[in-house]
Amino acid sequence: MTRYYYTEEDVLRLEKTAVQLRKDILRMIAKAGAGHPGGSLSAVDMITALYFHVMNIDPKRPDWPDRDRFILSKGHACPAQYAALARRGYFDPAVLDTLREYHSILQGHPDMLKTPGIDFSTGSLGNGLSVGLGMALSAKLHGQDFMTYVMLGDGEVQEGLVWEAAMAAAHHRADNLIAIVDANGVQINGWVNDIMRIEPLADKWRAFGWQVTECAGNNMREVLHALHTARTMRAPAVIIMRTAKGRGVSFMEDDSLWHGKAPSEEQLFAALAEVEKGGIL
Amino acid sequence: MAKTLATRMAFGKELLELAKTHDFVVCSADTKTCGLEHFGELFPGREFTFGIAEQNLTAASAGLASCGNKVYLATFAVFASMRACEQVRTFICHTKQNVTIIGTHTGLQVGGDGATHAAVEDVSIMRAFPNMTIWQPADAVSARKMAKASLDFEGPLYIRLHRNPVPDVYDESYRFMPGKATLVKETGRDLTIISSGILLAKAIAAAEALKEQGAGVHILDMSTIKPLDTEAVEAAARETGAILTLEDATVMGGLGSAVAEYAAQHCPVPMALVGIPDCFGESGDPELIYRDCGMDEEAIAKRALSLLARK
Repeated sequence: MTRYYYTEEDVLRLEKTAVQLRKDILRMIAKAGAGHPGGSLSAVDMITALYFHVMNIDPKRPDWPDRDRFILSKGHACPAQYAALARRGYFDPAVLDTLREYHSILQGHPDMLKTPGIDFSTGSLGNGLSVGLGMALSAKLHGQDFMTYVMLGDGEVQEGLVWEAAMAAAHHRADNLIAIVDANGVQINGWVNDIMRIEPLADKWRAFGWQVTECAGNNMREVLHALHTARTMRAPAVIIMRTAKGRGVSFMEDDSLWHGKAPSEEQLFAALAEVEKGGIL
Repeated sequence: MAKTLATRMAFGKELLELAKTHDFVVCSADTKTCGLEHFGELFPGREFTFGIAEQNLTAASAGLASCGNKVYLATFAVFASMRACEQVRTFICHTKQNVTIIGTHTGLQVGGDGATHAAVEDVSIMRAFPNMTIWQPADAVSARKMAKASLDFEGPLYIRLHRNPVPDVYDESYRFMPGKATLVKETGRDLTIISSGILLAKAIAAAEALKEQGAGVHILDMSTIKPLDTEAVEAAARETGAILTLEDATVMGGLGSAVAEYAAQHCPVPMALVGIPDCFGESGDPELIYRDCGMDEEAIAKRALSLLARK
């Protein structure tokens, strides 16, 4: 069963897991020499909560028809998802070292035909919510009670298709669909507010017929609480989580430079030390 | 030859029949494509409407298919191939989803609605996508057989249909064999006409005219454009030594290109590519537009004769 209730022990356990995933993210991007650390680090606490607590999944049966679905619509943050899948037991964590290599199961953007546990391929921004809506409609058609979670970037909602999907999800009363906006405020060339303003974001979703809940997305307790709240809503629900791009590594935080850049060896050691100390709340 | 049904209506009608005994869902935009607009009333719960939003229609179809549903997606071919181009490519083809895209209102036959609605580039676009299969019926009979065959097809499939009624070329004995060309007529061995789609009737008429002028042809119906029946192309080149292709689509990247790509590399023979030249559709009587674009019976026969002169 999907689990929305959590204890203090769960919070502590998940915080520790998120530290592990942050280390994995940094290592694999450094090893690959390319990738997107900023958006992976902002998203990773939510991804940890979903894969290690909330979602009803079975790593031994990645194609189980009744599993909860997760679509990383901001597909460039896949190092966070790959780390979660590996640590959850979908594949050997040693494979993380092959990120972006030729013939690796870990492509530069998620590929459902190559990586066990990826519910749908993504990478081209703006599409994941539509795909998730299709899954949610299928669940209703067949009387299945699985949930579909779709994580979008805040820059991503500049894509018009996101709003086609938002309109349709409300129209079809897809209350088994939860969107999560990783609002880290930064996109590749700078602040979202400077490039294309999206606020008032909550009002936009409400106007499209969605229930909205907001949380601090790098705070495990708040993340778990928001997921619980979203599940109780009788409409498609969106969690707008306020995060920091590059969260956990001081020199990466809130800096668009780290949207798509790999750390040097020296930077990696500094970053790992910071993450290990666990400045994450 | 009496005009019966448009290929789009024949396909849709058959699909409505098949829905009684087969499990599939229909995803639709707000268009009148092929009579599937009432699918949801007839089969409650099995139609999903997405309004005037083709990108969402297409990506959501991919999501539905990923959960094991057989999905038919119906909209105008211009929108399926261009408005939702990337969704077809990245979310249906790259992920190999079991979605059949029904693209209607193709070619210059659209007539009245004009350039915005006449899909001339759709074959070229869809053909460029890995994992895509493309079928195109020549008449109402073959459209019905294709609808049936599509039920057993797994994977991304594009079915190209026309707006207006056309004469039936086939009778009920016709069997659609996916991936195989059909030899429709044989009046001699001077050249092969390889046609795909509703212009087949014009090819047959042109063959009659050519016969009177002493030129005999093979006519092949290439109902599967991709993957191409290369054996049939090879045989056409070997047996007749010249190939004329015929399609109601731009000659830049369509059936003619597919045949030429293969023939040039494996069995080069003189070729003529008859189809839409480098231009858009426009409003008007389709027959007049065909005439002015060099796609009527007379023009086909003329191109065939000049091709023979190059043998």
